[in-house]
Amino acid sequence: MSEFLFLYRGSLAYTKSPEQMQKSMQKWVSWFKDLGEKGVIKNPGNPLERSGKVVRGHNKDVHDGPFAEAKDLINGYTLVDAATLDQAVELSKGCPIFEDGGAVEVRPIAKL
Amino acid sequence: MDINDHFFRREAGRLVSALTRIFGVHNLALAEDVVQDAFCRALETWPMRGMPDNPSAWLMATARNRALDVLRRQRTATTFAPELGRLLDSEWTLTPVVDDILAADALQDSMLRMMFSCCHPRLSEPAQVALILNILCGFSIDEIARACMSRHAAIEKRIQRGKSALAEAKHLFDTAMPADFTDRLPAVQRGLYLLFNEGYHGASPETSVRLELCNEAIRLVAILLQHPLGKTPTTYALAALMSLTAARLPARTDSSGNLVPLDDQDRSHWDPTRVSEGMRLLELSATGTELTAYHLEAAMASVHAMARGTKDTDWSAIIELYDQLMGLNPSPIVALNRAIAIAQRDGPERGIAEIQAIADADRLAAYPFYPAALGELEFRCGNQVGAYKHFEVALARARNPMERHFFEHRLAACRANNRQPASVTAFWEPQFASAQAPDDAEDDRG
Repeated sequence: MSEFLFLYRGSLAYTKSPEQMQKSMQKWVSWFKDLGEKGVIKNPGNPLERSGKVVRGHNKDVHDGPFAEAKDLINGYTLVDAATLDQAVELSKGCPIFEDGGAVEVRPIAKL
Repeated sequence: MDINDHFFRREAGRLVSALTRIFGVHNLALAEDVVQDAFCRALETWPMRGMPDNPSAWLMATARNRALDVLRRQRTATTFAPELGRLLDSEWTLTPVVDDILAADALQDSMLRMMFSCCHPRLSEPAQVALILNILCGFSIDEIARACMSRHAAIEKRIQRGKSALAEAKHLFDTAMPADFTDRLPAVQRGLYLLFNEGYHGASPETSVRLELCNEAIRLVAILLQHPLGKTPTTYALAALMSLTAARLPARTDSSGNLVPLDDQDRSHWDPTRVSEGMRLLELSATGTELTAYHLEAAMASVHAMARGTKDTDWSAIIELYDQLMGLNPSPIVALNRAIAIAQRDGPERGIAEIQAIADADRLAAYPFYPAALGELEFRCGNQVGAYKHFEVALARARNPMERHFFEHRLAACRANNRQPASVTAFWEPQFASAQAPDDAEDDRG
């Protein structure tokens, strides 16, 4: 078994109506439930604030906010177990984020 | 714990109403943003971390913290609710004031304030209904447009105008002023009646959408009934009318969404809980001296609810109630419905004579059920050719696919010389027809 990080990028449907948001949420809940039943969740992760600081360069300059555009912004993460990258990718395909134009970045955790 | 259907939508109504009391009615959009933000947070957190024990309290706490941030950040540049004066300026008073207003036991009052504000007499009735749906029931513009079979732009304009009017009023309606409360109450009752009507009679072909609108009206009228000044005999009559009528919803359309005439409805599908609740409310409405159209319409609905079918319906009682309604609120539509009840009791010829005697029938020029009623009664007299002509006129005036479908069926029955009559008695549910919501015309201009 290897570990993979799912990074949720872009829309979590911020412009939707309450009714649509509830529907989205129910989809997310059932996706997580499904992953949980498969026993692949290593750490469910957390949502990230949409603002923060970026520190960069020799001078340790501090800038406001992540640099990514809204559609690429990382809004959360989950750590999963899978045998291969392909299998992790398959698991990610159930994520409701795709319906709202978002993306899941699947990154293997490097084995040392 | 699991959340109910429409949980977010209903929470939106409660939260926006409560936050608006703090931010001020001119900052309604800010309240909506804060609520949207709380929903986003829930959407991000609940699936990963599990549902909170009390989702409603979780949302409120999240919205409260966000509101406090906004108040602290913007209080020098923004004027919030004028009623709160300088209480939001100092950290000594900020949190207690916010917590008082957002307390669970204050939420119903906040919703009432918003309800009364939305029914401002300066707003047109369709705008009132759209505002109630948007602010208090959490429907988006698209969802309202779909539910009311209206164009997005028309609804958007209606809501924008409504919100500017609210902002101009500067204050939310104050439910603590008894005289103002009683003055505005009839407009609120009327607004909720129209909301219910939109659900029950509106053009949406989806039963679920209709049911949702009716349920919203019933939910809001229940809030009104919890206020000491709100629970008047008239409000009880309105609630009775809604409950008794909504009881029929499960039987009112078939699986393809076609209207099922009262005659053909399977009354075993009427909701018995709603019927008994309606009868209880009707009893509570029978106090005091005021007799309103809601009382009469609720009484008619109860006559239908008590009958096993149209054959053993007490038509004399219905006719008498129509006579009273004509005395109270004379209109050609009420007269038309009365004529149909007479046809039901005394035969189609008598019904036709009554329809021909309607004084201001020209006001029914665009109303499809006027020719349809004549068509149906001619049909019952055996005059299929005459009936066909009337149904053709009705078809030309049909306002939505459901009506069109119904008239096409009647035309086919005339052609086939099929002797099976449709029930004129209530394919348009006569007791409700006295309130036709004004059309979209005003919103479509410029």
